[in-house]
Amino acid sequence: MNIQPPVKVFKRKAKPRTLADQNKNMENQELEERFQEKVDAELKIEPKDWMPEKYRKTLVRQISQHAHSEVVGMLPEGNWIGRAPSLKRKAILLAKVQDEAGHGLYLYSAAETLGTTREKTVEDLLSGKAKYSSIFNYPTLTWADIGAVGWLVDGAAIMNQVMLCRTSYGPYARAMVRICKEESFHQRQGYEIMSVLSKGTPEQLEMAQDALNRWWWPSLMMFGPSDAESPNSAASMKWKIKRQSNDELRQIFIDRTVQQAEVIGLTIPDPDLKWNEEAKKYAWGTIDWTEFNNVVAGNGPCNKERLVARNKAHDEGAWVREAAMAYAAKKAKQKAA
Amino acid sequence: MAQQLPLLTYLLRRGDDNLILGQRLGEWCGHGPQLEEDIALANRALDVIGQARNYLQYAGEVEGKQRTEDDLAFLRPEREFVNCKLVEQHNGDYAHTMVRSFLYDAWHLPLQKALTKSSDERIAAIAGKAVKEISYHLRASSDWVIRFGDGTAESKERAQNALNALWTYTGELFVQDEVDQALIKAGVAPDMAKIKAEFDRTMDRVLAEATLERPADAYMATGGRQGVHSEHMGLLLAEMQYLQRAYPGAEW
Repeated sequence: MNIQPPVKVFKRKAKPRTLADQNKNMENQELEERFQEKVDAELKIEPKDWMPEKYRKTLVRQISQHAHSEVVGMLPEGNWIGRAPSLKRKAILLAKVQDEAGHGLYLYSAAETLGTTREKTVEDLLSGKAKYSSIFNYPTLTWADIGAVGWLVDGAAIMNQVMLCRTSYGPYARAMVRICKEESFHQRQGYEIMSVLSKGTPEQLEMAQDALNRWWWPSLMMFGPSDAESPNSAASMKWKIKRQSNDELRQIFIDRTVQQAEVIGLTIPDPDLKWNEEAKKYAWGTIDWTEFNNVVAGNGPCNKERLVARNKAHDEGAWVREAAMAYAAKKAKQKAA
Repeated sequence: MAQQLPLLTYLLRRGDDNLILGQRLGEWCGHGPQLEEDIALANRALDVIGQARNYLQYAGEVEGKQRTEDDLAFLRPEREFVNCKLVEQHNGDYAHTMVRSFLYDAWHLPLQKALTKSSDERIAAIAGKAVKEISYHLRASSDWVIRFGDGTAESKERAQNALNALWTYTGELFVQDEVDQALIKAGVAPDMAKIKAEFDRTMDRVLAEATLERPADAYMATGGRQGVHSEHMGLLLAEMQYLQRAYPGAEW
């Protein structure tokens, strides 16, 4: 499927040294045109293909953030493994958190195809330089939160991820295909937890409603700022990293989730929510972006705890990784001797 | 407890060992030394919880009081848990966790292998499935013990410390009381002397490669099989049983 890497073609052209800069510009322009043609023709960009530096950087940022989100996301859910209310639920939750770790691994590998290393990427998370999805800075306070995280958080994430299965960068798109399969399973499991709770005792119903109340708005924020305020969106759309806008995806999520809530008798905590018959979609209230910005800025309920936990795991695991490296080096030396 | 059917006690012991180990391993989730280990630990936890469920379901049926796996896991008080003390020990550092698993796996694999030949078909079937999983567990925990022992000075020290601290809990694994005697006689359970011989072979082989010293068999801590546990057991159960205790009768 790959087009011959354009670089080869240009290398054959002899260019006078004195015009090097000028030629470089022309070369880049031509390369970029070729690149865009390829994107427009729905061909995948592969690691060895030429790509604009901004495309590469955007992807590194996005894929690393995605990887970090999977890894940090293990913490709020892991919080309930010890207290899962049945052995079946415990096993399901363990398997789910394990899946998230696996997603983190694929995504760190996908980021590595763009010339970054996993060590460097992880270092950026630990130092607080890199971002991850702000949703994981909210606490899981009750068992119903595990249901809400699966139903709403994974549900919102899937909207993005389904779109990303068709993203222009090959390794990212392929990682996403596998991730999507597992995530949609998680979303159904989360919804099922909520469904069981809503049909349970009055206390369980209250627990489910309370979780929905707390997770609803942060889940809507997961899609990011509205299109007008989203600085990276235009370039990402042009390069087909993204294919649908934040607002479009948010609307699909709302339309779908409102109906799911109705089925299990839970109420979406938005007094302005109303079906618009003409537009065939829901009209809804206003997101509190001040809260969003605050959490992004590090002032969410669990920002500090999450980073402390990741750093602690990393620091306390250092001797384990060193031992594994030392042993591997010893064995390699013995083999060579 | 004294009047309990030997088969029921035996099944609860097998179920509780796995359940409590699974509970401990689950504590690591998201906190492992690297992402690959988070995945491996979760796998291990999933396997032993699966084995626990099989044994506890059968225990519930043998008891005949309509108790489910969850009733047995979440509604028994501490003194009715009959797991060995080894599995309830704190995770400690990664060497501690891996050595604990290594000791457990080195005993658990020959035991479950022998149980595949049990005269009780249900046990033989449960064990048949478990053996595949535990073979992998033992390989993985042995590999880590070897890496630690023959890795850096720090990892060696940590692994040796863990081995020294946990060795006292290995004696209990091989004790044969009247429950075991009755089941050995009925061909349900194997003679533990044979299991001990294989455990010893694994210890000698792996510890030699790891350049670790096998601790001397001094005082061995027991009591778990009679429900007399370490102090950490109550806290472990308090966490595990919290929701079932806080909302009696609720379905989840």
